[in-house]
Amino acid sequence: MNSNTRKLNGSEILIQCLLEQGVDTIFGYPGGAILNVYDALYAHPEIRHILTSHEQGASHAADGYARSTGKVGVCFATSGPGATNLTTGIATAYMDSSPVVFITCNVNNDLIGRDSFQEVDIAGVSLPVTKCSYIVSDVTKLADTVREAFVIARSGRPGPVLIDIQKNATAGECDYTPMTPEEFEAHPDRRIARLKATHHPSVSYPDINIHAVEELADMLDKAEKPLLICGGGVVRSEASEEFRELAHRLDIPVAITVMGGGAFGGYDDLKTGMIGMHGSQASNMACDACDLLLAVGCRFSDRVTLNPAGFAKNAKIAHIDIDPSEIDKNVKTDLHIIGDAKAVLKLLLGKLKRDRHNDEWKKYVFSFKRETEYDDPEDGTLTPMQILSAAAEILPQDTMVTTDVGQHQMWAIQHFRFDYPRQLTTSGGFGTMGFGLGAAIGVQAGNPEKTVLHVTGDGSFRMNCNELATEAYYKMPIITLLFNNSTLGMVRQWQHLIYHEHYSQTTLDRGPDFVKLAEAYGIHGRCVKDEATLRQTLTEAVNSRFDGRGWVIDCRIDIDEMVRPMVGGNSFITNFMLY
Amino acid sequence: MQAKEDSQNMKRYTIITAMDNEAGVLSQLAHLFSRKGYNIETIAAGWTVDQNVTRFTIEIYSDEARVQLLCSQLRKLVPIHYVEILDTSKSIRRELMLVRVKAEDRAARNEIIQIGNIFRGSVVDITPDSITLSVTGDDQKTGAFEELMKDFGILDLARTGIVAIERGEM
Repeated sequence: MNSNTRKLNGSEILIQCLLEQGVDTIFGYPGGAILNVYDALYAHPEIRHILTSHEQGASHAADGYARSTGKVGVCFATSGPGATNLTTGIATAYMDSSPVVFITCNVNNDLIGRDSFQEVDIAGVSLPVTKCSYIVSDVTKLADTVREAFVIARSGRPGPVLIDIQKNATAGECDYTPMTPEEFEAHPDRRIARLKATHHPSVSYPDINIHAVEELADMLDKAEKPLLICGGGVVRSEASEEFRELAHRLDIPVAITVMGGGAFGGYDDLKTGMIGMHGSQASNMACDACDLLLAVGCRFSDRVTLNPAGFAKNAKIAHIDIDPSEIDKNVKTDLHIIGDAKAVLKLLLGKLKRDRHNDEWKKYVFSFKRETEYDDPEDGTLTPMQILSAAAEILPQDTMVTTDVGQHQMWAIQHFRFDYPRQLTTSGGFGTMGFGLGAAIGVQAGNPEKTVLHVTGDGSFRMNCNELATEAYYKMPIITLLFNNSTLGMVRQWQHLIYHEHYSQTTLDRGPDFVKLAEAYGIHGRCVKDEATLRQTLTEAVNSRFDGRGWVIDCRIDIDEMVRPMVGGNSFITNFMLY
Repeated sequence: MQAKEDSQNMKRYTIITAMDNEAGVLSQLAHLFSRKGYNIETIAAGWTVDQNVTRFTIEIYSDEARVQLLCSQLRKLVPIHYVEILDTSKSIRRELMLVRVKAEDRAARNEIIQIGNIFRGSVVDITPDSITLSVTGDDQKTGAFEELMKDFGILDLARTGIVAIERGEM
């Protein structure tokens, strides 16, 4: 027996295993079934626990923490409703490949299966939206399950993992021997050894096909009109530097997906902007005209490709992705390379035949680039572009941004020049309204020195604004920039364009008074209706950063503002309904 | 149009997979099929030489592109050891069928036993009113036997679902 071995109860073993993984921040909410765990946590002040207003807020915070730091997020919740309140957060993390370990506790072993108070099969509920869901009923299995969960969450294509621990396993005792993550991953007797040895896609990927890399180098050399797509995988694999070098050595225009925001320089001359439904004309026209499309860490979602049959129809399509199940899933490719984006790009850079210039092609692509397509209204009404320009000018350049979902999200992503990976945290795949504030709390917890801007709309904000209590309690100076158009703007935009202006149940002509709401939570609130007041308010917000009180800036904009450009769903990518 | 193309390319696929023998793996597996829009035609499971590993034989209707995607999704499940699509020309497929047939007189009883012999089936239970036979074979053979038994009146019928294995290399 190892001399470090001690007899501990399950709750203490759980805490020790989290410490093994270097966890110093947990987001969560206690309850009956998880009481033992919280009792163990009581004796560990070195772990910062952030108590949210609602488990959903905790789930988004853990996700935002993971996305913005690159570390694994950790979230606690109790059984039953505590656990089911996590599910939207788990699905959000899953769709955007964010590594979070969700830990729930369930009722005692002898109550399982009896429809006991606050009993739910959360492992079953979460199955479709996790990389793996574990049930732990035996305390002797707990430590290795937690260790494996962390490896799975952060390895391969990252993603959420859920561990549901039955209450008896949090109370029962067994021997605990400390083990570093390195020791665990190298341990021959653990399942992880098999997963690694067989290159199981949950933790690993096969050796990179060097012939495919050479072929890709050759294709890039021969292409006359190449285009790169920068996806979220470039952020996750920290491949920004390699990606930038590839784009510049071959002088290739770069279109960016929502999830790729920040992975390619916001001020870079090769950037064509976002691609897809609300993509820039430069990106979408380039996609249609290119003869070689290389997508890195991007899964060709329907919001990017629109009609997949006509997507990049003149091009050979090459795809670099860590997840084999993404290959040929949405778009049929001509060449694919499975592997970590950073590793593949490094190899590819070594195989490039020559550096080159694409002046003619670039001239064509960037002829579609428009700096601003919005005119300021004569009556002085505040516009989304004025708000974003003011924020971009007044807030520090390295401000970290989270968004909710809808028009404000698209405006922010189109307009802000995200310049470093992890600067943007947004729900791209699942499109979770109510994500932004919880995520901002996670981003601020993981990046206390940074200014955090939470961009939201009145619809999204009302969903989870209860987390203002969390923001206020932990003295997080988050600036909430609320695009208040008194409507569910994006849905209204569709109703306007496609549903004959039948504004069915989208008008939000109701409270609350967001300024009073902010003040009720003890933070700053201000309603602004013109650009000058907005600029003044933002300046005040930046300057008051150290008072530890956040801001809600309720920006009143017109109900009929729309996101431009726009291509209709399943339409061809250049078939703009709005320019 | 899409549906028509799909139905033209649809064929029956036999998928073999091995998973850690632990609680919940079957539901993980079955969940994945249903969430990708598949109906499992047959599924059979049992442990292998290693009792910690359960081997599943699953048959579905699909087209080639979609079945490949499904297999790459399956390979992502953590308890999965391997996933293979069996080439039916190089593999052996068998299922066991138990069928209880009405047999109330000697003539019927004799005829049922004779047909059973032709199918290399065996009588596993007999009463004054019925006979129960077991027949082993691929789904064509068990299907043909079922057809013939219909004449007599099938009282109950159970199938194990196909199990399959690759033929050895010559």
